[in-house]
Amino acid sequence: MYTRSLASCVALAVVVAVIAQARAADGPNLGREATPAEIGGWDISIPPDGSGLPPGGGTAAAGAAVYAAKCQSCHGEKGAGQPNDRLVGGQGTLAGPTPVRTIGSYWPYATTVFDYVRRAMPYQQAQSLTNDEVYALTAYLLHLNGVIAEGDVINAQTLPKVNMPNRDNFILAYPPRSR
Amino acid sequence: MPSSSTPSIPPEEVAANGLLHRRIFLTQGVALIGAGGLTVLSAGSAAAADPPDMPPWMRAPGTGMSGYGSPAKYEEKIQRTGIVSQPGTTGSGASRTPLEHLNGVITPSGLHFERHHGGVPDIDPSVHRLLIHGLVKRPLVFTMDALLRYPMVSRIQFIECSGNSRPNLSPTPPAASCGAIHGLVSCSEWTGVPLAILLEEAGSDRGAQWLLAEGADAPAMSRSIPMAKVMDDALLAFYQNGERLRPENGYPVRLFLPGYEGNMSVKWLRRIKVTAVPTMTKDETSKYTDLLASGKSLMFTYPMGVKSVITAPSPGLALKAPGLYEISGLAWSGSGKITKVEVSADGARTWGEAALAEPVLSKALTRFRMAWRWDGGPAVLKSRARDETGALQPTREQLVGDKGTQISYHYNAIQSWGVAPSGEVKNVYA
Repeated sequence: MYTRSLASCVALAVVVAVIAQARAADGPNLGREATPAEIGGWDISIPPDGSGLPPGGGTAAAGAAVYAAKCQSCHGEKGAGQPNDRLVGGQGTLAGPTPVRTIGSYWPYATTVFDYVRRAMPYQQAQSLTNDEVYALTAYLLHLNGVIAEGDVINAQTLPKVNMPNRDNFILAYPPRSR
Repeated sequence: MPSSSTPSIPPEEVAANGLLHRRIFLTQGVALIGAGGLTVLSAGSAAAADPPDMPPWMRAPGTGMSGYGSPAKYEEKIQRTGIVSQPGTTGSGASRTPLEHLNGVITPSGLHFERHHGGVPDIDPSVHRLLIHGLVKRPLVFTMDALLRYPMVSRIQFIECSGNSRPNLSPTPPAASCGAIHGLVSCSEWTGVPLAILLEEAGSDRGAQWLLAEGADAPAMSRSIPMAKVMDDALLAFYQNGERLRPENGYPVRLFLPGYEGNMSVKWLRRIKVTAVPTMTKDETSKYTDLLASGKSLMFTYPMGVKSVITAPSPGLALKAPGLYEISGLAWSGSGKITKVEVSADGARTWGEAALAEPVLSKALTRFRMAWRWDGGPAVLKSRARDETGALQPTREQLVGDKGTQISYHYNAIQSWGVAPSGEVKNVYA
């Protein structure tokens, strides 16, 4: 019993120490604890492992219709560009005199397409697309670039597994190499 | 150098083609400055104020006080320059600081460069919130009033867009002003709360190596930031040059990461998510990565390289007549203090050391000055800076040779200004 109570004391002391550290007694502590619902509403970022991807899904065929209605006026037919960024093609041009950087030729992660389209597009109406529309657009753009097949379904399980053609051509400059 | 062999070179010369030690200004005064000096914007004739006449503004009292002052009306042509936006948008682009019309090292807030990815949001500070969550023990929400109660620090530091000076990557030198080429850099006094204080209150978990910073602009611009940088010197900035941030600089709160490429200092900050790995957002993968000639790209190129540029003389500031001039410019490094700036007037054949004007601060713009007697002949003016890490600003040839012409970002090569016998100054690759 003595041994056990000693262990309890040690455990309690550790817990107290952790809490003390977490509460940073010296700080003003003027933040209010955020609820899971509040965080869920704002947490829209999607890292390469796909954590946080919402339910739903889509295919290139569904994405083509959304694209024609909401994207084509700025990005051209089938992502050909003009007046704004070209989204398709350019593979094999990066080492040449006129490199063409598109989703297919340049972007290293497919999750970034979902993240960016959902948070920022269409330019005039950010965060207006449904998750199914964003999945479908992602599928359409990946298919136009030859990265996935026309019938492939893009969803929370399949998107992180998409292998982007230029994935291995980035050299990390951070952290700096030790001298 | 024995002056007998070069009788035309005055003994005070520190490098060829007229570069002089700056003490010439102290010993001989401004009377030697070339007639009229640099031709800037004409402020109109002031002949009526010449002695012995009495100027009209002395004949009656002037105007009264004002709630918020403005620049003199004679300076109204001094505006941000090189304003461009993506087709079909008005707020997805940049404007540049007119460096050639400013002096000292502080950029007026109204002339600070802009780079927006979806316009300037109109944020009501009473309803704006900052959320800190992710790998923390206690996710927290802050009001702006709460954040303004935290202890603050002030720092004078520059911010530079990593796309600054990109025009000089083109095959032929663009005919443009100093500000239009290099004006995506500005320097302010920033005041705010070290982000580390808030993270300590939230209690970072052990896996916390990165954080995602996200803005409250329409595209919710976002970047991943290494935790080491955050704990070192990241600031939540609320004040710029003594007043609350301008809307275009992130009102009511922005992240400020000294020395790092500008877009990482996320404006209109609303969310910080502590993570184990980088999120790989659009603006750290498809943009703001530096494409090398090999076809491979550098990613996470954070600190801005050591750099300098002569702001006067420069294109648009023609020399009126031969005589004594001050060559003046700016130097900066994202890795620390500037330790040395050298100036050449003969296309880099000889160099003289410029005077660094106080204050010389880490990761701040530093003003350098050099005396020059222009003999009316052709000249090529250059400056090159060195920082406290020993890094030396590269030539354009070196930079392009190392990285090619498609890097798009982090161009920090030496600028060359060609001076013609007419006094006109042009951008040249020399």
